[in-house]
Amino acid sequence: MKPAPFLYYRARSIEEALDLLTGTAANGKLLAGGQSLVPLLNLRLARPEALIDLNGIPGLSYIRSEANEIAIGALTRQREMEFSELLAKELPLLAEAIPQIGHPAIRNRGTLGGSLAHADPAAELPCALTALDARLVAVGPGGERAIRAEDFFTGFYATALADNEILKEVRIPLEKRAAGWSFVEFARRHGDFALAEVSVLLFADGGGRCASARVVAGGSVERPIRLTTVETLIQDEISPGAQASTLADVLKHAEHLAATEIQSSGASDYLCHLTGVLARRALESAIERWRKA
Amino acid sequence: MKAPDLVPVSLEVNGTRFEGEAEPRKTLADFLREELGLTGVNLGCEHGVCGACSVLLDGAVVRSCILLAVQADGCKITTIEGLAKEEKLHPIQQAFLDHHALQCGFCTPGMVLAAVDLLKRCPHPSEIQIREALSGNLCMCTGYVNIVRAVSAAAERMRTAEKP
Repeated sequence: MKPAPFLYYRARSIEEALDLLTGTAANGKLLAGGQSLVPLLNLRLARPEALIDLNGIPGLSYIRSEANEIAIGALTRQREMEFSELLAKELPLLAEAIPQIGHPAIRNRGTLGGSLAHADPAAELPCALTALDARLVAVGPGGERAIRAEDFFTGFYATALADNEILKEVRIPLEKRAAGWSFVEFARRHGDFALAEVSVLLFADGGGRCASARVVAGGSVERPIRLTTVETLIQDEISPGAQASTLADVLKHAEHLAATEIQSSGASDYLCHLTGVLARRALESAIERWRKA
Repeated sequence: MKAPDLVPVSLEVNGTRFEGEAEPRKTLADFLREELGLTGVNLGCEHGVCGACSVLLDGAVVRSCILLAVQADGCKITTIEGLAKEEKLHPIQQAFLDHHALQCGFCTPGMVLAAVDLLKRCPHPSEIQIREALSGNLCMCTGYVNIVRAVSAAAERMRTAEKP
């Protein structure tokens, strides 16, 4: 249970980290919070030749409100996000997802960028940020580019980041305020990896009906996927004042659609069922919040 | 591959400055145990699941088995050995003793340090908050009920002690 030997480089700037990544430590892995990488090293499931430690790079840890966006630095610890008043106010979906990441000791070290770049299908942040239509800003030798969360996660532990790119920042649009939101997951024990998880955002039109919805499933599939049939159903059928019996029918239908959509991604019967149930619960909770507001 | 060079590591551990060096692959847990003799840092799972190796890093509870010693350079570390003031136990340690909150004792250092982190930011924790804060620390004796009682009692004692 000890890592195999590796070379260690402490980067002091993004430029230095990029130089290392394209030169001296070309086969190296980037080290942020290490809460996923170091267990893999200990178990020797990963044996990189070198690690490039990003923790000494100043200016990569922040949560700021910018013109109609929230910008979060990639090295921001999950714990700082958990206690951020700005996030609680502006992005309640994210604020609900973060305390469900591991345990306090994990969130004290784990970073936003590390979790996204690692792209564990059971992680909370990829699912929540896909629902929030976040832009992930990567920097490489040729400069910066922004990647939509939906295009960023490409499969099991796989992302659109090139070998010579580093995730620098996440930008979350605030143009549309969600009227209802919910992040729901199921794990066998508190803090374990989620077997399945669902993020829901509901956007209202002026007339108190649902103008659009974003419903994203994770955990049970290899990357976060939008449940588009559920989104369409909700957009057509939901308003917070709906008769209780009608709402129950719609939610039942949503549960079925969610399970069916996951099935086409190859998930087991149990995980399809679980995702359906979680989708229904998340929608119920999001609608309840909308109604109360 | 030849052994990588040792990397200088400078830390403050339980109030004492320490200058040393470590092989990059050495975890903070092994560094504290082997270089500094702080064997209260218990190693259970060694991959960040059991919480027995928890220490405070700049006041925040972290798992020292999934942190490299070289990453702790420049940080302040507190281990279980650093909590008591001379012969006087920390109120959380005393509460564990008073409430029979340890059986084999292996999880105890991690539990106590996780509780320190909790009570610092949340002086009035509910039972649910205590259980949430300790959820990453496994007690294989399953003595959770008394552990939760002890943390609750320690919170009360610490609140009373702070009153003028």
